Amino acid sequence: MIANFGFGVLFITFLVTLYSVFAAIYGDRKQIPAMVESARRAMLLTWPLLTLTAGVLIYLLVNNHYEVQFVYEVTSRSMPTYLKVTAWWGGQAGSLLFWSWLMSAFASLVTLRKWDRDREFLPWVIVVACVTMAFFIGMNVFFENPFAQLYQTTAGIEPHTFHPANSILFTPEDGRGLNPLLRHPGMIIHPPMLYLGFVSFVIPFAFAFAALITGRTDDRWIRLTRRWALWAWLFLSFGLVLGSRWAYDVLGWGGFWGWDPVEIAAFMPWLTGTAFLHSVMIQEKRGMLKHWNMLLIILTYDLVIFGTFLTRSGVLSSVHAFAQSAIGPLFFGFIGFTLITSVALIIYRWNSLKSETEMTSMLSREALFLLNNLLFMSILVVCFWGVIFPLISELFTGQKVTVGPPFYERATAPLFAALLLLMGIAPLSAWGHSTVQTLGRAIWKPTLGAVAITALLFVTYTQKIGALIGFFLIALVILVTIYEYLRGAYARQRSQGENIFTALWTLTGRNRRRYGGYIIHLSMVLMAIGIIGIESFQVETQGRIGVGESLKLSNYTVTYKELASWDDQPKGVNFTRAVVDVSRNGVYLGQLHPRRDYYYDSQQAMTIPGERATLRDDLYVLLIDWEPASTTGATFKIFVNPLVNWLWLGSFIFLAGIIIAAWPEKEMERVAVPARRTIQQTSAAD
Amino acid sequence: MKAFYKSPLSRITDRKLLFAILFALSLGFIANSIASAQGPTPTDDDVNRIAKQLYCPVCESTPLDVCPTEACRQWRDLIRTMLTQGKSEAEIKQYFVEQYGARVLAEPPNRLVAYLVPAVAILLGALLLFRGFQMWMKPSLTESSAVDSEREAKPSQDPYVARLEEELKKRK
Repeated sequence: MIANFGFGVLFITFLVTLYSVFAAIYGDRKQIPAMVESARRAMLLTWPLLTLTAGVLIYLLVNNHYEVQFVYEVTSRSMPTYLKVTAWWGGQAGSLLFWSWLMSAFASLVTLRKWDRDREFLPWVIVVACVTMAFFIGMNVFFENPFAQLYQTTAGIEPHTFHPANSILFTPEDGRGLNPLLRHPGMIIHPPMLYLGFVSFVIPFAFAFAALITGRTDDRWIRLTRRWALWAWLFLSFGLVLGSRWAYDVLGWGGFWGWDPVEIAAFMPWLTGTAFLHSVMIQEKRGMLKHWNMLLIILTYDLVIFGTFLTRSGVLSSVHAFAQSAIGPLFFGFIGFTLITSVALIIYRWNSLKSETEMTSMLSREALFLLNNLLFMSILVVCFWGVIFPLISELFTGQKVTVGPPFYERATAPLFAALLLLMGIAPLSAWGHSTVQTLGRAIWKPTLGAVAITALLFVTYTQKIGALIGFFLIALVILVTIYEYLRGAYARQRSQGENIFTALWTLTGRNRRRYGGYIIHLSMVLMAIGIIGIESFQVETQGRIGVGESLKLSNYTVTYKELASWDDQPKGVNFTRAVVDVSRNGVYLGQLHPRRDYYYDSQQAMTIPGERATLRDDLYVLLIDWEPASTTGATFKIFVNPLVNWLWLGSFIFLAGIIIAAWPEKEMERVAVPARRTIQQTSAAD
Repeated sequence: MKAFYKSPLSRITDRKLLFAILFALSLGFIANSIASAQGPTPTDDDVNRIAKQLYCPVCESTPLDVCPTEACRQWRDLIRTMLTQGKSEAEIKQYFVEQYGARVLAEPPNRLVAYLVPAVAILLGALLLFRGFQMWMKPSLTESSAVDSEREAKPSQDPYVARLEEELKKRK
């Protein structure tokens, strides 16, 4: 009964979004403001409706309604309540509903603002938001109904939306339970964070689309959505970091990024999103790169849909794909349709997107940002090709191949290195005109410093060429950024008479975008330190040892002390926990507890490592196997991951940087002035 | 003197004992060399070094050294057995490819296509960008030369302006 009610509300929401689309288009074409307002209100209605739908689903999840197929698949009696709630996004159908709910929330937020200056955008923003919503809700209504119930028919137990003839409702005793891999704090926040990022990027796209249709292709749409783009980027970045941390803590293979197709699917919109964030600065300051910005936001939108499609459709099966259904071709069709429409619009408006100023020097800031776009697009091309190559190979040769980490690492390493180099040079480049001499004068000191640091590392730490090049570039970026900060602070000191700390504070406060951006760059290179550490210097060993025996790796000694195995009945888990002593260079450091959790309901095991984290490295111990009868011998796998914690440290600093960059500045007062004629707006310098 | 005298019988027994010991020793050596020819028991690290380069033939996107399923455990044992038989890394990988297809390798066998396509696309992109840049630069160059020729065409009447023009030309 309740499930049917939930489905009914969902279906009504679908109709409401369709109405909103048509009302907005009709109202705009026929110039009927009342219709557009009606469309806006319809769109505002979707959020309460979807909240009600979600509420019904959560009610069913928490109250053990196993006759509902989705509830059966993702919950079980042994799961705690909070996990039952978060199981909402633990399966395909619920996940799509979650996406729609977020989309309706953001679309509503966007329309709850003053539209006086941008009346012509409103209908088209509504259209884009509601078309996207209609698509996802339609997926739920017609293909992946979260409210489908299980019926005992003559053919067996089947899920159906409506009660079929000659059948009765079937209520299983207990649910299958959520995949134990997903019962982890990281996995609870990671999907919402990623979806927040994905959905937030739809808003800038909606405005870009509106700008193309209405012909207002100046940077108004960018200024309106600047904060949206930044928040979207924050959520997406954090979603990626959280997913990596989860993989590191729970998947038990000693790494955090496996170049899995689904990881890449979330990474690709991040690439175009980052390029977009940088590129729009050029449009705001110099009125250039307008075609690029349109293209980048369209790509980001379609890659967001593609990312959701890859995770959900199982077309490119991977660790994440847990279902295969008919939605694959539909996603493909939707992406094709939106891409073609958007690109056609760019072509239609090609001339109005012409640059307002010219590029005069290849080393000017504009040119370097162009190079930045090219590098990000190149990494995107590599990732995209790697993801679809197995499909293409299967199509043409019938032979399925795997494109694994070696390909991606080899192909993207030089591109990432080039990006690091750019991060060092670009802050020192000037708008308009820059030559080798002017850049050289600015950069020779940080370069010298970076060379000195690299030489020191060569002598004390490593002789690996690849790692040294990476460290050189990282040192360069750090020194350039500090140099820029100090230059600005000294200037303030001299002119305002402030001491250095006040100067740094007010400097950052006065120009949050730039200095927040520098902090973000710093956080990125800290993360790069972690990545280089684990990629270049990771070592591992595995061995079977008896109680009291040890495994040695890289100055660490891990000694097996004891092992215990017990059932936790209420949780439905069998825990097997080993205790190992850890010492380094003979100095005792403490104990670690690697364990194996076996979940009875889903018949799956999780290998939880014992970790000891320092900035120098991570000691990572896994319990692989043990003698069941006599717990005398056990197999352990040990990893030593140097520098990896700089990655997580960098992500915290990243958060600080984004908060600074996105912190609202005092809005200037708005005074009504009669408009004489419409002028194309370019922004004043920031 | 008496202690060192051995009866002929005991001399033969001594020799037999000696031969027996030598025979046993030589057997030991042969056995050892047979065992060594098969190689010492491969450690887990030896197995993992090869398993790391292979992907599980049935699970998706899971390297063979971390895959927890029973099937993968058996495959790792197979690698251990093959190592004990003295097979090389390349031979073992080849065996897996023959049994399960190219998908067990971490990289597609036809590496040329895999690397070539993105490389070409990136180079094309860079080329397009460079050409676009040149086109941007060219109008500004032709523009300034057009302005120059304009100025040349109209020699100024005003002597001061003429002097100014002269000075400017010198500073160019």
